Amino acid sequence: MDHFLFNFFALLTVICALGTVLNRNAVNAAMCFLLSLVGVAGLFVLLEAYLLAFVLLLVYTGAVVALFLFIIMLLDMQGGRKKRFKPVTLFASTIAAALLAVGVLTIHQQPKFAGGAVASGPLLKDYAYLLFSTYLLPVQIIGFLLLIAMLGVIVLSKKHEGLEDIK
Amino acid sequence: MIAPLHTYIVLSALLFAIGFFGVLLRKNTLVIFMGLELMLVASTLALAAFSRYNGTIDGDVFVFFILTVAAAEVAVGLAIIVALFRRRQTIEVDELDALKN
Repeated sequence: MDHFLFNFFALLTVICALGTVLNRNAVNAAMCFLLSLVGVAGLFVLLEAYLLAFVLLLVYTGAVVALFLFIIMLLDMQGGRKKRFKPVTLFASTIAAALLAVGVLTIHQQPKFAGGAVASGPLLKDYAYLLFSTYLLPVQIIGFLLLIAMLGVIVLSKKHEGLEDIK
Repeated sequence: MIAPLHTYIVLSALLFAIGFFGVLLRKNTLVIFMGLELMLVASTLALAAFSRYNGTIDGDVFVFFILTVAAAEVAVGLAIIVALFRRRQTIEVDELDALKN
């Protein structure tokens, strides 16, 4: 049963990720992105990281994809015209594909990674304990980062008068 | 019995590759942004799988931080895209070449 679920969520994730990247329509791409994230959340559940699955659904599909859809709606883009790729892009993507293939093959043949899992996934209490002891400073920094991001967004979305355009 | 670790790692590498090629080959800034998010999610999947199979929780905590940073990044990035669109009326990367010459 677990294997079936893993295959199902893995296929959902990969197919919808491909849909995100290949879709000409930005709204369809955002919807595929949402489904792909649901697949990843399912994989987190299979890894018994229930809290992470919940947070992923809440933050990504709740906030991030909604924000994407708002922006797509706001900008009112026309469907993209089909354009030829530049030779340098094709060259770069060939090299990247070769490197990624080598990396995946190396991981696949690494005997260290073939082992099974340990007893059970983490509990909520473990997260809380670690976040407020070992990782207290990163939590503070992340809070500050969110504050700065909020201020930055407010400044960026103001109208700037008398700012000349670069031509 | 859950799937062995390397299936998760290969899946995460595949997801990362899809996002990477989205960033490399697409011209629409919003879709490029979605590709970036896909890459971040792929890395979180790998971290969660590693921490599950090693019996530690630090990887899961890092996933937490990555999610937070991704949320902040999306907010700022989309604000930049909106400001760009207001000023230039386009978000196609090929047409944004003000610094080229």
